[in-house]
Amino acid sequence: MAKLSANKVNLFYGDNHALKDVTLKMDANTVTAFIGPSGCGKSTFLRLFNRMNDLIPHVRIEGDIVVDGEDIYSKEVSVDLLRKNIGMVFQKPNPFPKSIFENVAYGMRVNGIRDKHYINERVETSLKQASLWTEVKDKLKKSAFELSGGQQQRLCIARALAIEPSVVLMDEPTSALDPLATHKIEELVFNLKADYTIVIVTHNMQQAARVSDKTAFFYLGELIEYDDTNNIFTKPREITTQNYITGRFG
Amino acid sequence: MTHLESELKKIKDNTLEMMHIVRTQLSKGKEALMTSNKELALEVMHNEKRVNGYELLIDNSCENVIACFSPVAIDLRFVLATLKINYHLERIGDNADGIARNVIDIKEQWNAELLEKLELVKSFEIADEMIGYVLNSYENEDTNLARKVFEKDKFIDHITDNALSTISEYIKSNQQNVNQDLYLLLLHRKLERVGDLVKNIAEEIIFFVEAKVLKHKKGLEG
Repeated sequence: MAKLSANKVNLFYGDNHALKDVTLKMDANTVTAFIGPSGCGKSTFLRLFNRMNDLIPHVRIEGDIVVDGEDIYSKEVSVDLLRKNIGMVFQKPNPFPKSIFENVAYGMRVNGIRDKHYINERVETSLKQASLWTEVKDKLKKSAFELSGGQQQRLCIARALAIEPSVVLMDEPTSALDPLATHKIEELVFNLKADYTIVIVTHNMQQAARVSDKTAFFYLGELIEYDDTNNIFTKPREITTQNYITGRFG
Repeated sequence: MTHLESELKKIKDNTLEMMHIVRTQLSKGKEALMTSNKELALEVMHNEKRVNGYELLIDNSCENVIACFSPVAIDLRFVLATLKINYHLERIGDNADGIARNVIDIKEQWNAELLEKLELVKSFEIADEMIGYVLNSYENEDTNLARKVFEKDKFIDHITDNALSTISEYIKSNQQNVNQDLYLLLLHRKLERVGDLVKNIAEEIIFFVEAKVLKHKKGLEG
């Protein structure tokens, strides 16, 4: 069974038909990259998986979005629980105005966890998973804003991991970072794959090629091609995909 | 045209130029052989340096494009295929050079009757035709032309096989000029090798244009 799947998904922003009949299945413990020019619908599609589009006015969604076999848009689904299972990392690092420790502990506290020992352990584990522990272990009480941009982004990843999701959605997580910080996040994505299912939206073709197992190419709201990343970047089936990834348009 | 496209075009232009030079080298090698023209043979040997120069230039350009542009899809296949085509072309150049060296080595006139029987000229003509096909195929990304090479290569192989038995029979009854007979065998072997190398080039062109791998897959050339 696929970990995440979309079946004939259409999304409208008012009259704007932003996603057109998108059908896609993603397996557990894989990294899937969504690529495509700006406005192609890739971020909109990503946000469907933790219902981030729900609050946007005039949005209408058709089709099925299924996580672990469950339609996440059914009335019985709790959005809070869904988001506990599906973490998200955004384009710009957005730490809370709190200490490094409290940023990571925040999700647990919101979820009612009070066990200090457990929280300490989860904070350490999450920071280690996010490859940040050695850099911050001696200054956990310092403000998260004292960290560099790359460290802040890894802190946000640690914060997402602390509540033990099974899926991590990343929306252009390195677009605001320098090459070294980008490299660290990419290594992190590679290592996290063993425990999580990761979906990453990126404008960086080489990043998609480096980090993902599968790549989905979107254009004008349609899923043009979805295949093993190796195939997409060596022998894409569709000429539109080829023209985009070789920089001939977009 | 994007920056990458212009870099790829330069590589393509240089490779086409190298194909033309190698074709000319082989054609001059044939002429030097048939007319025992040692000066022309020396010219072929001298021009081998140009072929080597192109090999280095194309290698370097491909390396730069990979390092600086990270090409993908058809662009990546083009660069990878061209790297190999470049290598095969240099080897064809080596064979033309070898033919020219044989012309220098042989002191006596060729046995015209034996030469005719061995169809050496025919092999040269087929090899030239094959290079013409891959040249146009590479230039116009026309894989139908590349595929024409596979049948032609079998022709050369057939002529070479026949030459081997003909020479071996000839030596049995005529041992006055064994040295020349052995050279003729070597020349056939060189042309057979050229045929194989042109076939490899055709396979690379098909890989580049169609993303199909034909190497080591007999019978799939069509």
